[in-house]
Amino acid sequence: MIDNRPSRRIIAHTVLLIGVFIIAFPIYYTFVASTHSLQTILRPPLPLIPGGHFLENYTTALFGGIGRIGGVGVDRLLWNSTIVAVLIAVGKIFISILSAYAVVFFRFPLRMTFFWLIFITLMLPVEVRILPTYKVMVDFGLIDTYAGLTLPLMASATATLLFRQFFMTIPGELVEAARVDGAGPWRFFKDILLPLSKTNIAALFVIQFIYGWTQYLWPLLVTNRNDMGTIVIALRKMISFADADTEWHLVMVTCILAILPPILVVVLMQRWFVRGLVETEK
Amino acid sequence: MTKVGGQKDHPVPRAIFPNKVLPYLLLAPQLAITAIFFYWPASQALYQSMLREDPFGLSTQFVGLANFRHVLADPNYLHSFQVTIIFAVATAVFAMVPALYLAVMADKVVRGRGIYRTLLIWPYAVAPAIAGMLWLFLFNPSIGTIAVMLRSLGISWDPLLNGPQAMILVVAAAAWKQISYNFLFFVAGLQAIPKSLVEAASIDGAGETKRFWTIIFPLLAPTSFFLLVINTVYAFFDTFGIIHAVTGGGPGKATETLVYKVYNDGFVNLILGESAAQSVILMVIVIALTAVQFRYVERRVHYG
Amino acid sequence: MATLDLKNVRKVYAGAVEAVKKVDLAIPDGALCVLVGPSGCGKSTLLRMIAGLESITEGEIVIDGRVVNDLGPAERDIAMVFQNYALYPHMSVYDNMAYGLRNRRMAKPEIDRRVREAAATLELAHLLARRPRELSGGQRQRVAMGRAIVRNPKVFLFDEPLSNLDAKLRGQMRVEIKNLQRSLGVTSVYVTHDQLEAMTLADILVVMNGGNVEQIGAPLEIYEKPASLFVASFIGAPPMNLLALKPGEGRPVLVDGTTIGGEGLSFSKEAATLGIRPENLFLVTGDSNGSRPDATLDIVVQAIEPVGAESFIYGDAGKERLVIRVAGKTVVEPGAKIRVGANAADLHIFDEAGKRI
Repeated sequence: MIDNRPSRRIIAHTVLLIGVFIIAFPIYYTFVASTHSLQTILRPPLPLIPGGHFLENYTTALFGGIGRIGGVGVDRLLWNSTIVAVLIAVGKIFISILSAYAVVFFRFPLRMTFFWLIFITLMLPVEVRILPTYKVMVDFGLIDTYAGLTLPLMASATATLLFRQFFMTIPGELVEAARVDGAGPWRFFKDILLPLSKTNIAALFVIQFIYGWTQYLWPLLVTNRNDMGTIVIALRKMISFADADTEWHLVMVTCILAILPPILVVVLMQRWFVRGLVETEK
Repeated sequence: MTKVGGQKDHPVPRAIFPNKVLPYLLLAPQLAITAIFFYWPASQALYQSMLREDPFGLSTQFVGLANFRHVLADPNYLHSFQVTIIFAVATAVFAMVPALYLAVMADKVVRGRGIYRTLLIWPYAVAPAIAGMLWLFLFNPSIGTIAVMLRSLGISWDPLLNGPQAMILVVAAAAWKQISYNFLFFVAGLQAIPKSLVEAASIDGAGETKRFWTIIFPLLAPTSFFLLVINTVYAFFDTFGIIHAVTGGGPGKATETLVYKVYNDGFVNLILGESAAQSVILMVIVIALTAVQFRYVERRVHYG
Repeated sequence: MATLDLKNVRKVYAGAVEAVKKVDLAIPDGALCVLVGPSGCGKSTLLRMIAGLESITEGEIVIDGRVVNDLGPAERDIAMVFQNYALYPHMSVYDNMAYGLRNRRMAKPEIDRRVREAAATLELAHLLARRPRELSGGQRQRVAMGRAIVRNPKVFLFDEPLSNLDAKLRGQMRVEIKNLQRSLGVTSVYVTHDQLEAMTLADILVVMNGGNVEQIGAPLEIYEKPASLFVASFIGAPPMNLLALKPGEGRPVLVDGTTIGGEGLSFSKEAATLGIRPENLFLVTGDSNGSRPDATLDIVVQAIEPVGAESFIYGDAGKERLVIRVAGKTVVEPGAKIRVGANAADLHIFDEAGKRI
């Protein structure tokens, strides 16, 4: 460090603390709200410290069912979101690692054509082709199913590219050594490639889990039944400004429960996640 | 490495397995999903963009590029375009500048850097729609604590009725969510700058501010450019949830972005042909953005 | 115990690049054959063809009397030591060595016995639990060797195994490899671009250039009778002095007109290049004392490099630059005019095409 003057460091810490405050405040305040009664929330300003309704609100939301969304409990919504996020993350990793393996470690006719076919999908976010994709869902009868919620989001050029990039850094001699050691494609994949990809898989899991958990437009379209909704969609349905009977205390609880799992995943797996996110994009 | 004879004359294939059928099997799952959920719908969007259908699906008619002409001449669409641009620029600026400032500060502190990072990455995990709701809860005119405070200061605050205020609210929520992502990249970018360069500049007598603008900022340009593209794509597409949850495009289309309009015309108003034409226009925009990104920032990939 | 025969082996890459042109080679049981040549000469391609990592365009590779052209690397009963070692980074030293045996479904006690035996031989016994990244370069090298040894193969293949080590370690490992190969008695093929390594290791030396085999023979035989200009210049350090002769003269006259002195010295009319090794040149003092050199040349000294046990004198004869190696120190100074001599038996004559006459 060039400037070691304490004043500089104090300024830096102050700025960072302000940043943390702005970043954290909306989340903190939502948590505070989730511990107050509906009456307190409806009479702003809300106190800055948590109230005494924590247990009551959380128990009601989790297991009591919420009126505006057909009495479905938040436990069911959390389950749906978890299933969707995990299926998307695992599915993406699974199909991407296989296709990257094929593209890097084999030579076959049309190899590059296939690679480009996958690569181009990078440019087509689901938002730009929602209507026809929705039609496909209807035709396949996948509305209100986990398959419908996850399959269209699984094909991912990004994960394939990440694995491809990583595989290309694996020295050719390692493949040759494995072949001399009597390892065929499957053994090489299982014994050498997968263990070496551990970090990448972990990073990708976090990134794709978040991606799956935070989906909005797609689940909004392919779910009609309240009990198949993800927690994010359900939350939207719980709010109405026209309607005075929005159960704000339960909305706040649901908010906190909806952001807690992905935050836990990101914070707990921070090391892999940051490395995977930043390093692979360089 | 002088591994294989004649390496310079021809590309030597990297070490591979000789199997001929297996690679197709490995590719099959991804290709199947890509074909069913990407290429088929995309081609349908293209096809449909040239059809006009009545809302009940009773009759369909091929109209060529008429939908595009109609869409591009529609004042509502052009307004939505304008809204999107304003929204995207504002979101990118408010998501990137504070992130850069925080990253520069984080680069200065020795102790606690990890803690700051942990505390600053939370919003990455928050769904855009929920980010919108968190901010709405603070600023909602009837129960929002900050809204109440603003009103007590004499500011008439109602984002549900006032267009510009609605825009401010969605930009704030969108930028707030994206700061984490930009922060992580700026921190990595700053760490990649050789310390010796900064030291050399300080020996040359450049003060802190000058060092930032003459050394650090130019060297961060690739990172900044990359993030600019990513943030633009984010503002264009990923913020649908914020708009839908917070304003519903209102008041009076003041926050109706392009993606929101595709959804609204296609699923709510059932103007299928024009919605498809809008999808195609969006595709062109994404392709252009991606091309720009790859042209200038090779090997960088957008995760999404 | 195996012989290795290459019959008319050829390799053409897509795009018609001929990487290896018709190689015939017979390696007897237990011999260490070194393929040497500059990068791009086809030596590594040839080795990888023997290993089964590259397909064979034409010809046959025969291990122990069995044509192996269509067998995969694992079925050829060979083991290979790679340039970058190619150790599996996520496996312990033990697992690295055992992996190939496990893939062959060998019984666990037998695997254990073999790994421990090889580890003892290579002094790796205390490192078996380590990961490759926790080892030094020399230790990694040994693990790579151990992985080859445990397999007890018919043929060992070495692909520039010492090129990533520093000079001192390289010399040490060279001796170890030689001793190990001798004591195991396994037929081996060793690729290197380092002529010193090639000379010291080889039972049979194969010099390659541009996909061609230039010469096959015992190292000293090749050193003393290089079959071509390329071999003459590639083997030996500092390299052989090569002087261009005036074409069609049949007399020892250099291209620029400088005449080489000497009675009764005459070459065939095809002679185009005259080669003399630096150590075969000696200083001729003014008065002849007994033995008269067969050939003499007057040169002007340009530089001296004393390296201790010997000195190199760099001088010009006309437009040609020569190196003379003399024992110990030398009293000659730069700028001095000296006369050097050589014996007729030490002269190497090559024709226009670079072939030895």
